[in-house]
Amino acid sequence: MNKVRVLVGTKKGAFILSSDGKRERWDVSGPHFAGWEIYHLKGSPVDPNRLYASQSSGWFGQQIQRSKDGGQTWEPAGNKFVYDGVPGTHQWYDGTPHPWEFKRVWHLEPSLSDAETVYAGVEDAALFRSTDGAQTWEELPGLRGHGSGPHWQPGAGGMCLHTVILDPSDPKRMYIAISAAGAFRTDDAGETWRPINHGLHSQHIPDPDAEVGHCVHHVAMHPSRPGVLFMQKHWDVMRSDNAGDLWREVSGNLPTDFGFVIDVHAHEPETVYVVPIKSDSEHFPPDGKLRVYRSRTGGNEWEALTRGLPQKDCYVNVLRDAMAVDSLDQCGVYFGTTGGQVYASADAGDNWAAIVHDLPAVLSVEVQTLP
Amino acid sequence: MIRVILPAHLRTLGGVAGEVKLETGATTVGTLLDALEDRYPVLQGAIREHVTQQRRPYVRYFACEKDLSHEPPDTPLPSAVVSGAEPFLIVGAIAGG
Repeated sequence: MNKVRVLVGTKKGAFILSSDGKRERWDVSGPHFAGWEIYHLKGSPVDPNRLYASQSSGWFGQQIQRSKDGGQTWEPAGNKFVYDGVPGTHQWYDGTPHPWEFKRVWHLEPSLSDAETVYAGVEDAALFRSTDGAQTWEELPGLRGHGSGPHWQPGAGGMCLHTVILDPSDPKRMYIAISAAGAFRTDDAGETWRPINHGLHSQHIPDPDAEVGHCVHHVAMHPSRPGVLFMQKHWDVMRSDNAGDLWREVSGNLPTDFGFVIDVHAHEPETVYVVPIKSDSEHFPPDGKLRVYRSRTGGNEWEALTRGLPQKDCYVNVLRDAMAVDSLDQCGVYFGTTGGQVYASADAGDNWAAIVHDLPAVLSVEVQTLP
Repeated sequence: MIRVILPAHLRTLGGVAGEVKLETGATTVGTLLDALEDRYPVLQGAIREHVTQQRRPYVRYFACEKDLSHEPPDTPLPSAVVSGAEPFLIVGAIAGG
């Protein structure tokens, strides 16, 4: 029988939740790296027992940890992230120039073909790559060198590169997203990049349709259709059918189109999940009801999924990297909250139950489906 | 022999139990930190920034009831630290959470 391993990053450590394919009983391991912020941890698709974790602290900076045994033991890896050349400036919140400064790794994306290769999306926004199992890191400077960098600005969480998507059909194509710059694509393995924000509309920038400056919260792709992208923007749920060249809004009947997470069903590329959040100043679900919304039509038509989720007095948030799906026959969907719950559905969202109730605030959730 | 007391998170990171005892000829704050990082490479970047070697903002250095955090790296260590009579303390600033 298959197994499922859920990798949870929190404000005070990492947790690993394991179950068999029934996904009814869970073993909880952790906290790993107790007391440290674990922004993200993720396993290699090539070697699922190879895990990478981003461990950071406002006091002691950035560490990268890796495991070769599925998270039972860990070893420190390289933590030297140095921007290529003179970093220059981006915009500060008030529009004034502000020097580029490394703060932390938000997202680690292991290669689809090599367990030793892993990408790191960092704050202040840049993309780094390691080809030696995270021991050494080099920036892919073409992204910040695109020319629009001086116009990027931080979102409320900082100027973070939080999304890295590798195209399984084309090893030279990658997507990344930055808050608040927008989405970018490379078609030459990271040498050059171009913004892919046409169709986005954002009121917080002087030109709402500008090439960059959009606060993209997360982007998701189904591996069988790598040219179709779904985006949860600061406001608006968006869709592109041409690899980001043009976006259209698919918020439809959502109660609010603000939110952070978005993900796609493992077997149904037109089935999409979001968790609507009331607004950019009220980071909790509308009406105190925690509801996942599912569209089976690739957007526009959404249904509320509520069974097993709190429907009164719930004021948690679900952060951008805190939703994932497994690839069992009956697709499992998972998300974590700032209240420390990790909810799981073993039936594509129809019914939910909390795997754990009382972790520290959840920053990220990833899922591994294991043989 | 110089004694160094690390904050709990850095002891865990470095796999250190109790005080660090460094056999080193270091006589300044900077060379003591160099020796510490040579012995425990995982601490590189955790106390001082990688490139600039500047002290991280929420890290402080105390010794002999004095705050050495803002002294330049070539500041001589107190003789009681060099002799091992007193430890050099690396402290995480009180900053909540």
